[in-house]
Amino acid sequence: MVDWPLLSLLIWVPIVGGLCVLAAGDGPGAKRIALGVAVATLLLSIPLWTGFERGTAEMQFTEFHPWIGAFNVNYHLGVDGISMPLILLTTFTTVLVVIAGWEVIQYRVAQYMAAFLILEGFMNGVFAALDAVLFYVFFEAMLIPMFLIIGVWGGPRRVYATLKFFLYTFFGSVFMLVSLLYMYSQSGSFSILDYQELRLGLTEQILIFLAFLGAFAIKVPMWPVHTWLPDAHVEAPTGGSVILAAIMLKIGGYGFLRFSLPITPDASAELTWLIVLMSLVAVVYIGFVALVQQDMKKLIAYSSIAHMGFTTLGVFLIFAILQATGGTVGAALGMQGGMVQMVSHGFISGALFLCVGVLYDRVHSREIAAYGGVVNTMPVFASFFVLFALANSGLPGTSGFVGEFMVILSALHADFWIALLAATTLILGAAYSLWLVKRVIFGKVANEQVAALQDLNAREFVVLGALAVAVLALGLYPGPLLDVMGPSIDQLIQHVTVSKL
Amino acid sequence: MQSTLWNDLAAALPELWMLGAVCFVLVFDLFVPAARRDLTYWLVQATLAGALVFTVAGHDGGRTLAFGGHYVVDEMAVLLKSAIYLVAGAVFLYSRPYLKDRGLFRGEYFVLGLFGVLGMMIMVSAHSFVSLYLGLELLALSQYAMVAFFRDSLPASEAAMKYFVLGALASGMLLYGMSVLYGTVGSLDIATVANALSQEEGRSAFALFGLVFVVVGIAFKFGAVPFHMWVPDVYDGAPTSVTLYIGSAPKIAAFAMLMRLLSESLGPLTGDWGQLLAVLLVLSMAVGNIIAIAQRRIKRMLAYSTISHVGFLFFGVMAGTQEGYAAAMFYAIVYAAMAAGAFGMLLLMSRQGYEPEHIDDFKGLNERHPWLAFLMLLLMFSMAGIPPTVGFYAKLAVIQAAVNVGEVWIAVYAVVLSVIGAFYYLRVVKYMYFDKPEESHPVQPGMDAQVIMGINGLAMLALGVFPGGLMALCLRAVGY
Repeated sequence: MVDWPLLSLLIWVPIVGGLCVLAAGDGPGAKRIALGVAVATLLLSIPLWTGFERGTAEMQFTEFHPWIGAFNVNYHLGVDGISMPLILLTTFTTVLVVIAGWEVIQYRVAQYMAAFLILEGFMNGVFAALDAVLFYVFFEAMLIPMFLIIGVWGGPRRVYATLKFFLYTFFGSVFMLVSLLYMYSQSGSFSILDYQELRLGLTEQILIFLAFLGAFAIKVPMWPVHTWLPDAHVEAPTGGSVILAAIMLKIGGYGFLRFSLPITPDASAELTWLIVLMSLVAVVYIGFVALVQQDMKKLIAYSSIAHMGFTTLGVFLIFAILQATGGTVGAALGMQGGMVQMVSHGFISGALFLCVGVLYDRVHSREIAAYGGVVNTMPVFASFFVLFALANSGLPGTSGFVGEFMVILSALHADFWIALLAATTLILGAAYSLWLVKRVIFGKVANEQVAALQDLNAREFVVLGALAVAVLALGLYPGPLLDVMGPSIDQLIQHVTVSKL
Repeated sequence: MQSTLWNDLAAALPELWMLGAVCFVLVFDLFVPAARRDLTYWLVQATLAGALVFTVAGHDGGRTLAFGGHYVVDEMAVLLKSAIYLVAGAVFLYSRPYLKDRGLFRGEYFVLGLFGVLGMMIMVSAHSFVSLYLGLELLALSQYAMVAFFRDSLPASEAAMKYFVLGALASGMLLYGMSVLYGTVGSLDIATVANALSQEEGRSAFALFGLVFVVVGIAFKFGAVPFHMWVPDVYDGAPTSVTLYIGSAPKIAAFAMLMRLLSESLGPLTGDWGQLLAVLLVLSMAVGNIIAIAQRRIKRMLAYSTISHVGFLFFGVMAGTQEGYAAAMFYAIVYAAMAAGAFGMLLLMSRQGYEPEHIDDFKGLNERHPWLAFLMLLLMFSMAGIPPTVGFYAKLAVIQAAVNVGEVWIAVYAVVLSVIGAFYYLRVVKYMYFDKPEESHPVQPGMDAQVIMGINGLAMLALGVFPGGLMALCLRAVGY
């Protein structure tokens, strides 16, 4: 099993499977093939976890083949403790998305399933690529299926939303392309690992850092380039929202860890104030914005931005700590917290979007005002919804608590005020999550549609149940995840503390 | 003497074959009854296939000069000629049903098309200003006639007139620039000119004066801003099958002309023409991409898209390195294939009495013909330069070449404009996939056209996943 090219399989099985689904055409067969492929990919990703060697920051499961000789581009794959959990998150979420779309999607179901499978392959590729061009190819190619998913199966304003999504992300990433090419002209290699060792002057670093920031800040998304996300989320079909929130946003955070920090450490240190500022604005301001939303999906979208603010804050705290104390005590905590937050947010936001999808399929409205007293007719669903909402507000025992707590603790090492502002999320998050629960779930039955609601069917129960287990497991026992990422994070911290100047 | 002549003739065998075959087709077509005109068509395809065989098999891997240095066979000539045959073959194939439906299925279209191919071949293999100009004019005159070919159509006649006047002007500019260079250097031979210019005293103000006119002539032929006015009108006015012809293969030949003139003969003045190209490309990218957004007619939109692609092609050449030339060559070949596919799609969607004119005519294509919609999706994403399609590598290669010579800021400019450009390609995808069809008539292209379009579209993907082979050929062709 160890000798298998696992990462290649994780990329190509879903892509080829997706093409098979396309070829099978619209019929009951397409869905079954899609589920089979998604499950097979999930199973293939399990050896990645079990066979992963803990205690080393080296790239593992590496594959290296020359690809485009003329460009000196190689098919170079590998994972470390940072990317491996994200691949698992991807394979896990895709299975849920395929199941969630089982009955809901009636129009061109084969194309729908194929788009998600191909997207899964591309996303795995993003996390596994160690060659800059390969990374970029996956990073951009990912946009095509998502563009179609939102545009074909989305809501009424889908065209606006999907064009905005595409052009925003494309715009951000082209600057990254130029900086990758620039580094090639300096280093003669497209290997990301070589880039990390490349010595660069401060001006170069700052420009490269800003180029990366363009790509990843839009992807995360960070305030003030977040405006595409609420539109995309609201208009996307449930599955699209789930993938967008659970995985695509993580690619931004992953990019910071894989590119910005190790390649331009000095520029990162120089511009930490900017990132910290943007993150805190996301946490505080966007938290307030979430509070006033009338649309459930929009509320969750804004809450995603606020939560991802924690990730970026945690990742960049190291420089704030270095500047404040001169040491790196507490830095690992922040970075690990950011990582845990990414995984946890993948579960929670995915689950919340699926919950909204469950309601939407029955009532065909996302307005909060259209609901009330759902607990009376859907008690099982209500329990899940409350659990995920509490996790979203960072209740101890759920995964949402772990990441936030670690980041806040780490922030205390840097600056009391940063920690204080970050901690407002505990209040804001609770406010918008619980108020949402209050208005939608509790109270008297609001109208006839709510009175006629049917509780979860088996399919929905499985999907939400799996996520509930994941949320609780990560919340109660985050140790295994921390063990996996620990050495990579430590090595990264060591790397960035050494100036490249 | 005898043997030299034979050697010369042997080197030019593909051109001779083409000339003989065109003359044969011309006469043959007179005696073919209209009902059996398909024979002419097959003969044309056989001619192209024969030319391909002679070109590839007749090449010994080296560089052969013939006809007293007026003609050359080298790696670049072989590669570009082969690409021209393939693209031209696809063009004729896509055109056949369209011409039949409109009563235009006559031998002249094919004969003129083949004469144009012959002109392109001569341009590609030219090694002196005279032979280059002869090839260019042979191509241009065939094109003028082809645009006017649909003589009952008012827009076509207008387009032909415009094309002819502006094309003649451009040829005049080019010829004037060449004659000034001849006046300073005293030779028309490309290698001799390059030698003379590489001497210090060769770089006179006169040479620069000639250079400017040569660049203007090239810019006209490519349709680079500010010499682009003819492109949208001619593309839109000409019958679509002719637009397809003009928009695809001649770009490869024009690139060859650019290489022979700027790189091979005026190479010592790279710094000077590089600045001129920089201005042209900056303007072309902006005007092409931004004005294309405002277009509602699909052919005009593709015309402006051509202008923006010319900007990218110039970007590679501007770098002035082998790598940059190879990147531009890659771009030219890939662009010709993309244009053939995109215009060909218009022909495939046409039927008797109907052809798609506006971008909204693509509405709901995914429901009417999912396979064609998918191929068009690939072509559009390739034009926009989104991986994993080959258009991405074309852009990557030119930008990389430019970054390697330190042109980082123009590279940033180029990528920003390619984002702006992505919008109008995405809009086509939007119509195909997100909108419901308004037209219920089934799209039923012939099987041969579907197969070739399938190859054409999937080639965007296949070359996108494995661009290495073509790129290696291009690098070899520029002697890297």
